Amino acid sequence: MELVKPGLGLVFWMTITFSIVLFLLSKFAWKPILNSIREREDSINNALNAAEDARKQMSALQANNEKLLNEARAEREKMLKEAQEMKDNIISQAKKTADDEAQKLIAKANASIESAKLNAMNELKTQVAVLSVDLAEKVLRKKMEDRSQQEAFVNENLKSITLN
Amino acid sequence: MQHNKRNIFSYLIQVFLLVSYFSFTALQVNAQEHGNHSHNEATHTATVDAHHGEETHGEEEVDAGKLIMEHIADAHDWHIATIGHTHVTVPLPIIIKDASGIKMFSSSKFEHGHAAYEGYKLAEGKIVAVNADGSENHEAHFYDLSITKNVASMFISVIVLCWIMFSVASSYSKNQGKAPKGLANLIEIGVLFIRDEVAKPSIGPKYHKFLPYLLTIFFFIFINNLFGLIPIFPGGANVTGNIAITLVLALFTFVVTSINGNKSYWGHIFMPPGVPKALWVLLVPIEIIGMLNKPIVLMIRLFANITAGHIIMLGFFSLIFIFGAMSEGLGLGVSVLSVAFTVFMNFLELLVAFLQAYVFTLLSALYFGSAVEEHHHEEHH
Repeated sequence: MELVKPGLGLVFWMTITFSIVLFLLSKFAWKPILNSIREREDSINNALNAAEDARKQMSALQANNEKLLNEARAEREKMLKEAQEMKDNIISQAKKTADDEAQKLIAKANASIESAKLNAMNELKTQVAVLSVDLAEKVLRKKMEDRSQQEAFVNENLKSITLN
Repeated sequence: MQHNKRNIFSYLIQVFLLVSYFSFTALQVNAQEHGNHSHNEATHTATVDAHHGEETHGEEEVDAGKLIMEHIADAHDWHIATIGHTHVTVPLPIIIKDASGIKMFSSSKFEHGHAAYEGYKLAEGKIVAVNADGSENHEAHFYDLSITKNVASMFISVIVLCWIMFSVASSYSKNQGKAPKGLANLIEIGVLFIRDEVAKPSIGPKYHKFLPYLLTIFFFIFINNLFGLIPIFPGGANVTGNIAITLVLALFTFVVTSINGNKSYWGHIFMPPGVPKALWVLLVPIEIIGMLNKPIVLMIRLFANITAGHIIMLGFFSLIFIFGAMSEGLGLGVSVLSVAFTVFMNFLELLVAFLQAYVFTLLSALYFGSAVEEHHHEEHH
């Protein structure tokens, strides 16, 4: 069977040719082709990664902006609240002070009224006493015109005093 | 996954071998019948021929088996056409190494087997030594290293292949980092296919080392398959359908596999793990046969497929002349069918040209993969 008997010459030439082709193609074709394909793939991958990174950075930036905005908003809110509180405080403080002052004034007034009243009362009392003494003097004078009567009265009084 | 693939391919191999076996036997029978016919009834045909005159000479020549075998086999001159009685051939250099040194001369000196030259002549397309009196000398020891039709065709296809690949490589260095253009675009599909679909999944992380070899065999087989489909001069030779070519390719794969085989690869062959030592006597020969079987299968598959394709197409064409010899009308009628079938077969062969290059590359890659794979015995057994 001629067909399945490998010819020596063909084996010889094929081995030489194929070795040379393998060497030449490996060195001058596959190496540059595979290298450029790999480089290109790498550069595409890098570009994609860079785009992805940029997208991430962008979204991070956006998130940051959002955060800053929120913070600013919160700050404003806080400041407004603080101002409100301060206002309320000041008003309540002022009110309190005013109240206290008023209270004090009222108390002072009351005290001075009281003292005036007391003074007036005392004066009145003194006056009443003086007047009563005078009146009593006058009544006594009138009543004690005679000597006997005076003596009787004094004695009577003396009695009660000593007993006391 | 790999195991699955191997299974499918082993089925394919069987189918291919069966098909090629049948086509071979059929043609052998055919050839023998024709041979016997022409030998035994030479006188009969001669007498019949006499009635038909000049034309009948052609009738005698319709021997499909012989014709097909001549086209399939290697030759020392490149036959292009026969016009009348003139053979238009490209003579090829004959190189013979014998005891007296190296002899180099054109095959035209043999005058298509009609003449002897420098002590040699062509017999049935083969070089044989002749004695001084012209009889064949079968004892003479010599090496026939001639540039035959297949060698010449391989040179042409290799030059084309190198030219394509070098121009693609230069276009890559010119368009650094840009999308491939023109031919590079086409080649890149193949390169990426081999890299991503063949080398990476079959070999694993160490695929880089084998990629140049895999690419070379893929494109080498593919371009030679395609050249084989071109019916006229630069093509038409049955390069990848020649067992010497596939033998060398398979040997390359075998050598690369063996060189790169790691400890666990050789260990699996000579010291099968997980098996009692007594069984090694049985298993080691089987493993060795399995190891040698791989390149043999590679060799036969490519050879049988490509040869079968050529045989089928030539068979369809031969039908025209066989029927034409019976009657001209029948020949014309059959030619329509034959051409239609041959066109169909040509498309099929284009597919086969790619498929066989792919299968050879894939199986080589799988063998390399098994050579460099780190086996995990617990998983394996």
